[in-house]
Amino acid sequence: MTELSQLTLVEAAVALRSGECTSVALTESVLHRASLTEASVHAYLTIDRQGAMAAAEASDRRIADEKPIGPLDGLPIALKDNMMTKGIETTASSKILSGYIPPYDGTVVKLLREAGAVFVGKTNMDEFAMGSSTENSAYGPTRNPWNLDTVPGGSSGGSAAAVAAGSALAGLGSDTGGSIRQPAALCGLVGMKPTYGLVSRYGLIAFASSLDQIGPLTRSVQDAAVLYEVIAGHDPHDATSFPGPAPSGTERLGAGVEGLRVGVVNELSGEGIDDEVLAAFRATVDRLANAGAEIVELSLPSTATALSAYYLIAPAECSANLARFDGVRYGLRVEGSTVDEMMSLTRAEGFGSEVIRRILLGTYALSAGYYDAFYGQAQRVRTLIIQEFATAYQQVDVLVSPTAPAPAFELGAKTQDPLSMYMQDICTIPSNLSGHPAMSVPVGLSASGLPIGFQVMAPALGETVMFQVASAIEALSDDIGRPVLEVVAS
Amino acid sequence: MNWEPVIGIEVHVELETASKMFCGCAVDFEAEPNTNVCPVCLGLPGALPVPNRKAIEWITKIGLAFNCSISERSQFHRKNYFYSDQPKNYQISQFDVPVCHDGWLDVMVDGATSRIRINRAHMEEDTGKSIHVGDSGRIHSATETLLNFNRAGVPLVEIVSEADIRSAAQARAYAQDLRTVVAALGVSDAKLEEGSIRFDANVSIRPVGTEPFGTKVEVKNMNSFRSLERAVDYEIRRQGGVLESGGIVHQETRHWDEGEGVTHSMRSKEGSSDYRYFPEPDLLPIEVTDEWRDEIAATLPEMPAARVRRYIALGADGDSASSLAGSEALATLFESAVEAGAPGNVAANWLTGEVTAWSRRESMDVGESALTGEHLRDLAAMVAANSLSSTAAKEVLGYVLAGEGGPVEVATAHDLVQINDSRALEKAVDEVIADNEEQFARLAGGEDKLIGFFVGLVMRVTGGKADPRAATEIIRSRIG
Repeated sequence: MTELSQLTLVEAAVALRSGECTSVALTESVLHRASLTEASVHAYLTIDRQGAMAAAEASDRRIADEKPIGPLDGLPIALKDNMMTKGIETTASSKILSGYIPPYDGTVVKLLREAGAVFVGKTNMDEFAMGSSTENSAYGPTRNPWNLDTVPGGSSGGSAAAVAAGSALAGLGSDTGGSIRQPAALCGLVGMKPTYGLVSRYGLIAFASSLDQIGPLTRSVQDAAVLYEVIAGHDPHDATSFPGPAPSGTERLGAGVEGLRVGVVNELSGEGIDDEVLAAFRATVDRLANAGAEIVELSLPSTATALSAYYLIAPAECSANLARFDGVRYGLRVEGSTVDEMMSLTRAEGFGSEVIRRILLGTYALSAGYYDAFYGQAQRVRTLIIQEFATAYQQVDVLVSPTAPAPAFELGAKTQDPLSMYMQDICTIPSNLSGHPAMSVPVGLSASGLPIGFQVMAPALGETVMFQVASAIEALSDDIGRPVLEVVAS
Repeated sequence: MNWEPVIGIEVHVELETASKMFCGCAVDFEAEPNTNVCPVCLGLPGALPVPNRKAIEWITKIGLAFNCSISERSQFHRKNYFYSDQPKNYQISQFDVPVCHDGWLDVMVDGATSRIRINRAHMEEDTGKSIHVGDSGRIHSATETLLNFNRAGVPLVEIVSEADIRSAAQARAYAQDLRTVVAALGVSDAKLEEGSIRFDANVSIRPVGTEPFGTKVEVKNMNSFRSLERAVDYEIRRQGGVLESGGIVHQETRHWDEGEGVTHSMRSKEGSSDYRYFPEPDLLPIEVTDEWRDEIAATLPEMPAARVRRYIALGADGDSASSLAGSEALATLFESAVEAGAPGNVAANWLTGEVTAWSRRESMDVGESALTGEHLRDLAAMVAANSLSSTAAKEVLGYVLAGEGGPVEVATAHDLVQINDSRALEKAVDEVIADNEEQFARLAGGEDKLIGFFVGLVMRVTGGKADPRAATEIIRSRIG
């Protein structure tokens, strides 16, 4: 049997239920793995060894006593550090929240607990989810387990690295402009962003409220579908939550792509995309065609302006969302001689430069006299993108593109050039603006041994067909295996 | 120069819903500080607002009461500004599409009615409360500031008038009438002294007969109708003085100092505020369907103006009708008295006269007294039947208010019932005539002023209980 920490969620669940292993063994395996990898990978900000072991023991008792168990019972999972966990420090990788202990669980955390999950800890991220490399963390960067000189992607790079390195079986990330899918692509995982409103945002530290969604980072498409089904559903604490039942993730897994129409978006699969990534993308499209899918090339011209619209809307919303971090009620406080001065000094000290850059951008975009030219115009572009996608989905079942423009880049390569960092999300941003579901599936390795991701996008509430296509891609692609990581005991 | 003031008033009304605007915390103005708080109203990371349906229903009710049009779909916006008692440093408010727009309220001053247009009524959340600890209680000299977030997130309706008000008296009448309507709707306790209804006045002046508006000054911190009237009056005179001495009026916010009777400039913000409004992404638009609006309209109580008209029709004079309509307790008594059969004019006079005076004298709420509509009916009937003199009736009313019992019972117990039993009265008259034959002869002989002498004697022998008119008639009948 493979080392326990390398199992998929579904494999581990089967092993637990059949008595082949215990949750304690599984959790210990994952914690042991973390003790070997964390010194070099730094996927976690907080590891809750005690809490995890207690949850694992409780799960083993449930199984031994033949009590009802949840779909994730006993499975060790990592949570991005922007999700509220009652009693466990939650900082969103910012100095301004250093030491902050939330008094409540976010809705997804509550749902995972109810499903029996074991929380390993809170993972590193770009500060307040702003970034595409997990280098913008106040607590130091995370490294990509496939090559420690490269980034894991971001902003959910901590969760992605933890799952890739074996220090969690699966993780949750949040995706505002690609923050689940891009690190999934760079770390060789499946990463999925549900339709906006299907997963509650209650308890997720807001970056850009109209774009943020929580989703799974896993080792298989089936794992993603299982995890998605646990966290999706209506939440009365989130006014934007979808009121009806969430579409199934697992229903059509393995059903093939015979007769499905797959749209290739020209604007997202040409210029600006690395040759190796493009080659892997084309090869996968060919495999889908061979498997019976009808390939339709189509043009979505507005996607060319998506990046610009995103970098007005997201900062505008973040400028308001981050206003609450002011030193008055919680988190860091730097004293000043007046209240205004205290707030200014606290925010200057507490926020990193990328966060400050975006707050300034957003404040400017919303200010009187600029609103129409910037924020208003960006919203009009967003409406156009939604309309273009709607038209496209009348012709095809899913749209596909590469996930990230290139495999993982070296640490520090883009930190001095925000615009080149922003280009990382060029393929993922359109579906955040449209609110549609999208996911990334690994389809191969580059010549230098780094993973390459393939993106599947679907219309609103089109999760079932999206998972169907993703599972076909997974089956048609060569297994990229697990990263070989030289570890030293710390 | 003759100046004409141009005044607009913004009114904030705190709704007394069971829970806050965007969370389940209780709306309770007397709770211990920071006990009615949760992640949502404290603006903790990750918390999200969920709108209170009752508050939307109530603002719709307010809008309908002021003849507003109701937006079928309105939008929440974020109003961004940093302030330590504002948990999120943005306030969820409404900007371009409020729930209610384009209404009006008619107000009467010195017998003249004017229509004050209402521009809009929108929904927002209240902030917390800062208590500046220091000598003056003001922020400048505070040594520390305490924050109470119980009020943070309480639903607040802002009602904005057009600049249609032309005098301090009209400003006061508008504020009073508006408060009366809000109180009648039962959506707020509408107490000025507790800040659950608050007024800001925008005052500018212009030469009489000219069109352009002068520079507007916002006056805050008036906590009674009287201070509102005084503050507006002061501001009109101050601006007139500034302009007449060749100065210019600055656009600013001024604070009314009740003790000194003047307005002070508040520390002015640099330039005009830029609130950077944008649509609240955490909330979907509010929908008030025609159906829902009609359901809400059906729950509207009678509006004070309509009530005044109805009371006049029931026999109350204009002033009494306004007084009755302005007090729920008096109105309730008036209605039940009329329903029980009391003449409207009589019930109205007692309620606005004796009963109101008693309430002031005793510092007792009329609603807490033992008086009922049936009591007023019985009292009126006794007076009409001459069993009580008007003086005795007032005395009886006093005993009833004090809870001694109904009018008949009380009048008997205190021996106040008039004798209008004609045989008893005739007997008393005849006795008096028999005892004073000489004087009676003079009366019969034409010395008419002696009639008073005989009436007085009859009153004396009956212990004051005779009806003097009936006694007079009987005496005259004996003259033959």
